[in-house]
Amino acid sequence: MPPLAADEFLAIAADVVRGTDLAVVHECLSIHNEATIVLEKANIVEIIRRLKTDDRTRLNALVDINAIDWFESGREPRFDVVYHLYSYKTFNRLRLRCPVGEQSGQNNIDSVCELWSGANFMERETFDMFGIIFNNHPDMRRIIMPDNWEGHPLRKDFPLGGSESFYYKQDTHEYAGEPNDLVPRIRVQESDV
Amino acid sequence: MTELMTQTGLETPPVRQTIEQDYPTGEILTMNMGPQHPSTHGVLRLILELEGETVLSIKPMVGYLHSGKEKLAETKTYHKFIPYTDRLDYLSPMANNTAFVQSVEVLLDVDLTERCKWLRMILCELARISSHLLSIGTHAMELGAMTVFLYAFREREKLYDLFEEICGARFTVSYMRVGGVGRPIPDGWLDKVKAFIDDFEQRLKDYSDLLTMNDIFVYRTRGVGKITSDEAIDLCLTGPSLRGSGVDVDIRRDAPYLLYDQVVFDVPTQRQGDVYARYQVRMAEMHESRRILYQCLEKIPESGPLNIDNPKICYPPRERVKESMEDLIHHFLLASDGIYVPEGEAYAPIEASKGELGFYIHSTGGFTPNRLKIRSPSFVNLQSLSKMSEGGLLADVVAVIGSIDLVLGEIDR
Repeated sequence: MPPLAADEFLAIAADVVRGTDLAVVHECLSIHNEATIVLEKANIVEIIRRLKTDDRTRLNALVDINAIDWFESGREPRFDVVYHLYSYKTFNRLRLRCPVGEQSGQNNIDSVCELWSGANFMERETFDMFGIIFNNHPDMRRIIMPDNWEGHPLRKDFPLGGSESFYYKQDTHEYAGEPNDLVPRIRVQESDV
Repeated sequence: MTELMTQTGLETPPVRQTIEQDYPTGEILTMNMGPQHPSTHGVLRLILELEGETVLSIKPMVGYLHSGKEKLAETKTYHKFIPYTDRLDYLSPMANNTAFVQSVEVLLDVDLTERCKWLRMILCELARISSHLLSIGTHAMELGAMTVFLYAFREREKLYDLFEEICGARFTVSYMRVGGVGRPIPDGWLDKVKAFIDDFEQRLKDYSDLLTMNDIFVYRTRGVGKITSDEAIDLCLTGPSLRGSGVDVDIRRDAPYLLYDQVVFDVPTQRQGDVYARYQVRMAEMHESRRILYQCLEKIPESGPLNIDNPKICYPPRERVKESMEDLIHHFLLASDGIYVPEGEAYAPIEASKGELGFYIHSTGGFTPNRLKIRSPSFVNLQSLSKMSEGGLLADVVAVIGSIDLVLGEIDR
């Protein structure tokens, strides 16, 4: 049986999400035949658990977790954590977006590792790249960047060429580093300069 | 597969007997494997915890091949990112190209020409065969069977010749474009594809003869690296590794993209969930790819346009650029500014040879994406390695790595 059209499935999924009485739903979008629900990060594990187990949605597979940085548009809260869910029963897809702030204390969201242990690497990567902390994660470390790396590379205010440039000094035969002026920071906010 | 088994008179291959272990227990040894180990398919590094020769746990350490493709994508136009997709899963670049442009096309609401859709299907299936051949070849080589590896590379050589003829490059093809493909199909190319798949049936049988009932191969793979269907879904596995555990899903059939709803094919699954089952799934998938290719070659229109006729999205034909002022301007603008993609987000996954491959593109309206996330199957599938190897022997870790079919270019991105 082919999957439902996105708006039909979105109506069902939004019903399930609202039915939990835990969710604060901001928006339900159905564009390009893809269903998206934008909602508050509170109780996200319970909401996803309901979507996973409810007979109407049965979104039993986690496809991906990633994040978006809204730095350039200056939106507050700054990040969105994006969940892609998929159903191996009805083959519908659903995307959840949860706004997450930047300041410490706000830059965290609950981990869904208890629902899918496969969320482990995805959440670690999101932490590594954006600095979003996943609460109750079994192993919240960097995954792709080295452990002693400073900063979070996929944030928009992280310079594309790195924060330091290294060059070889002919006279002393050593590598020297200095702050990188060659590669400008991309679109720095005025308050940062 | 069953046919082959009955030919040799065996219902099912023999199962390895458990080996009594004879060493002091209780001592835990932490061992490093890689990143320079030849059996880790690149630069995968594993931290193994061993008790005697039994594996207690595995921690994969990745990132040695990190090249920041997602960050680079945010500064590049959509066309300029296509060559980077070749370098993800460098064993099936055609499929990566297809997955990327498919997401962009969803954002742009592009409807492809029929000929282009069939051509993309042909190329994706050829890429699947190429990738599975390497997977099985290297897997067998790691378990001691050199011949299959060399034979598989002979076949891949023919596939590379086909790719070279259609796009000029053997390995990093960069053939797909948003709204079409890079070059027209050369004369007689489709006949060559047909000749290849005609010949390929016998070749597949050869590999099967070498491996399927090979005692050593079966002893090394049967009952090794077992994973149940629930565990596989819990670990977010996709692709042949998931189907080897008895979960009957395939995006090509369940939520068809391109024209997969117009071809008939089976989705091979195995229940055992061990290394041998995953090998069987891959072999059967190559058979199914042959079936799909025959139907594609039959149904692809003889002539007609490959690219869509929208100069804001797709490069105009070279001949027209030389004659028409508007086309020259459009060509210049596409090359300098790129494609304007309106605000929105899209995720249009394909069933690549290793699992679900998708590009999540978030655009705030402009010539570059605001965020491009590569959902690569190998990165997610890698997590299952620990579960599969737990309680097994150290020597079997190599067999399990081969059976998940990891590509490090895709894991580290």
